[in-house]
Amino acid sequence: MSAPPLAQARRSRAPSPGSPARSRRGPDDIRVAAGGRGWTPWAFLLVPLAFLAAFTYLPVAAMLFYSFTDWDGFSRTQDFVGADNYVELLTRPQLFRVFAVSLFYLAGAFVQLVLALYFATVLSFGTRLGNVFKGFLFFPYLINGVAIGFVFLYFFQPGGTLDTVLGALGVGPRLWLGDPDLVNTSLAGVSVWRFTGLTFVLFLGAIQSIPPHLYEAAELDGASRWQQFRHIIVPGIKPIIGLSAILAVSGSLSVFEIPFIMTGGSNNSETFVIQTIKLAFTFDKVGLASAAAVVLLALVLLVTWLQRILVPQERVEQS
Amino acid sequence: MRRTLAAAAGLVLVAGLTACGGGGGEQEDSEVVAVPPDPAKVTGTITVLTNRTDQVQDGTTQEYATEFAKVYPGVKVEFQGLTDYEGEVRIRLNSEDYGDVLSIPNSVPTNQYPRFFAPLGTSDELSRKYDFTERATLDSKVYGIANIGTANGFVYNKAVWERGGVTEWPTTPAEFLNALKAIKDKTGATPYYTNYKDGWPMTNWGNGLGSPSCDPAANDKLSEIDDPWGPGRDLTVVDTLLHDIVHDGLSEADPSTTNWENSKNLIATGEVATMWLGSWAVVQMRDAAEKAGLNPEDIGFMPFPAQSGGKFCTVVRPDYQYAINKHSKSKEAARAWIEWFIEKSGDARQALSISSVKGAPLPDSLKPFEAADVTFVRLGLGKSALVDDVDKASEIGLGSKDYPQRIVDVARGAADGDLAGVFADLNRRWAEARASVG
Repeated sequence: MSAPPLAQARRSRAPSPGSPARSRRGPDDIRVAAGGRGWTPWAFLLVPLAFLAAFTYLPVAAMLFYSFTDWDGFSRTQDFVGADNYVELLTRPQLFRVFAVSLFYLAGAFVQLVLALYFATVLSFGTRLGNVFKGFLFFPYLINGVAIGFVFLYFFQPGGTLDTVLGALGVGPRLWLGDPDLVNTSLAGVSVWRFTGLTFVLFLGAIQSIPPHLYEAAELDGASRWQQFRHIIVPGIKPIIGLSAILAVSGSLSVFEIPFIMTGGSNNSETFVIQTIKLAFTFDKVGLASAAAVVLLALVLLVTWLQRILVPQERVEQS
Repeated sequence: MRRTLAAAAGLVLVAGLTACGGGGGEQEDSEVVAVPPDPAKVTGTITVLTNRTDQVQDGTTQEYATEFAKVYPGVKVEFQGLTDYEGEVRIRLNSEDYGDVLSIPNSVPTNQYPRFFAPLGTSDELSRKYDFTERATLDSKVYGIANIGTANGFVYNKAVWERGGVTEWPTTPAEFLNALKAIKDKTGATPYYTNYKDGWPMTNWGNGLGSPSCDPAANDKLSEIDDPWGPGRDLTVVDTLLHDIVHDGLSEADPSTTNWENSKNLIATGEVATMWLGSWAVVQMRDAAEKAGLNPEDIGFMPFPAQSGGKFCTVVRPDYQYAINKHSKSKEAARAWIEWFIEKSGDARQALSISSVKGAPLPDSLKPFEAADVTFVRLGLGKSALVDDVDKASEIGLGSKDYPQRIVDVARGAADGDLAGVFADLNRRWAEARASVG
């Protein structure tokens, strides 16, 4: 950020001419004199910041508050119960069993990263019909998640699309959503199908920002495609890979819409968020559910933090 | 910077909320809204919130409004059809803008009614006129009146049952299972359809309560016992039947991809023989049969296969109850609408439902029940608030889909354990919750 912090800018405007402050803080004054730039960015930011506060920070603060009460979502009174909700959460291990389901999505996220990286690399080397393939890959991400849920319900039905296609290959029909051992794999597959496009576009953008003369030089030195990938592309887009990994992990901890729409969390496919929603809206335990949401938030932050430590961010020199 | 801002915002909010939490001393009492004596003098515009979006679209509501205007010329009635009725109204209840007349969402606990709704009369007076008033009674004031009551039973395709060689209603769960087996063997139809995926049609299994025992106090009794799934109890009989149907392979192959809209066509065309639902469903299934070019009379309704003293019993429960927004500016007009809609509109008859007006004749779809001398058990709901509390504390959800879905999962081997284990677990949770609610 180039503008000085708000408080500082305000202070730098105040001193009267000839005060000692002026000579010390010269550069600031020149900037302010050049049209009040200290304030201008904040004026532009006012609306987005107000939205951010109203729709992110205030609800989070409210959630934190509810998590210390026994509120049922209706009554006017909210009794303060201290850490009772958290104690109850942590003493009911079955509430955390649902995280086992997240492992399926985590595996899916890994597949998704590899696939996206593969396609991004291939398509960044001027493939024939490259733009068509880019469109195909990105398209699923543009569709509404609810619509995807319904489409895949038909896809997975007994005798549905998937069974028909597999039947042509001589593979027998399965209960893709009915079989408790298979349901999470199917759902994670849908999730991969949907989000590969996004990861792909992130990777593609990063790869295209690598200066082309690096490839030329590498080619002149006789480097193979794999060597170019290994030594130019991967190091060049490392920060984006790191970012995608964080998104993937936090995403798989907080999976919601695909299982909620397709199975409603039945048949062994319940995720932590679905369970939280049931606590809040089926059983009117808004306090307990808020505590669960806070725990999930803490877990996601923890994962992000761990990742920062394990995979330190380095500045990449691309020249 | 961001962190400081968030922290500051958080502090302000917490302070604000705490202040609200402490200052909830608003006057809850309000006057009973009586039916206006002189229709000509009532004026105003009222908004009616309804879950019947189909009626709003096909103009039925407009017809009702026109009829109503003939009696109350000074009142204008407008309708708002809400697709996700429960969800949207629950949120709107936090404001003052939730229509003038509305159906009370199921998620509002009875003890909160005075906060949202104006009392419609005393229980002495209204319970003489209508059924089911005690569901919405608090401190001997009634806050909501149901338009219809729903009997529970099996919607079935008579033609398919006859092809399976079954012409008499089964009188025990075992006979019922044999009938389904015969249908499966002889017709190839799916004998029973769970509607597992959409879930809400399955919540009707909880409404089986009271059918096997024929006891109007079955629901209230739940607040007094620790083992609703003990041997011989209603819920045990009902849930065991659900379990056995699925366990014996008499339901659809893949419950996780069922589809409610499509299930109407399946039963209309005879691909599915039976579903456990409320009597309200019969109209929709008959419509589907007519659209498919088949005989709507093939769709029948039968009581739960259990008898008490040689007679079938079917439990009748109230549907949504109509209430008046406490903040309404036209309470008189709203009260007039409720009175007129329930008694004069004929809506209950059109839906082939049991009118909640005492002494009203039964709908055609239930005529066979009358002929077979089925006892209609009007379930007492005086302690439903307490039963609700225990249910929520236990996280069982008698009226939610999780609990019947779990039984189906256990029955088809998709979840660990067996039925006895499930019952033991449910009993344990019920007993613990009862102890905690007190």
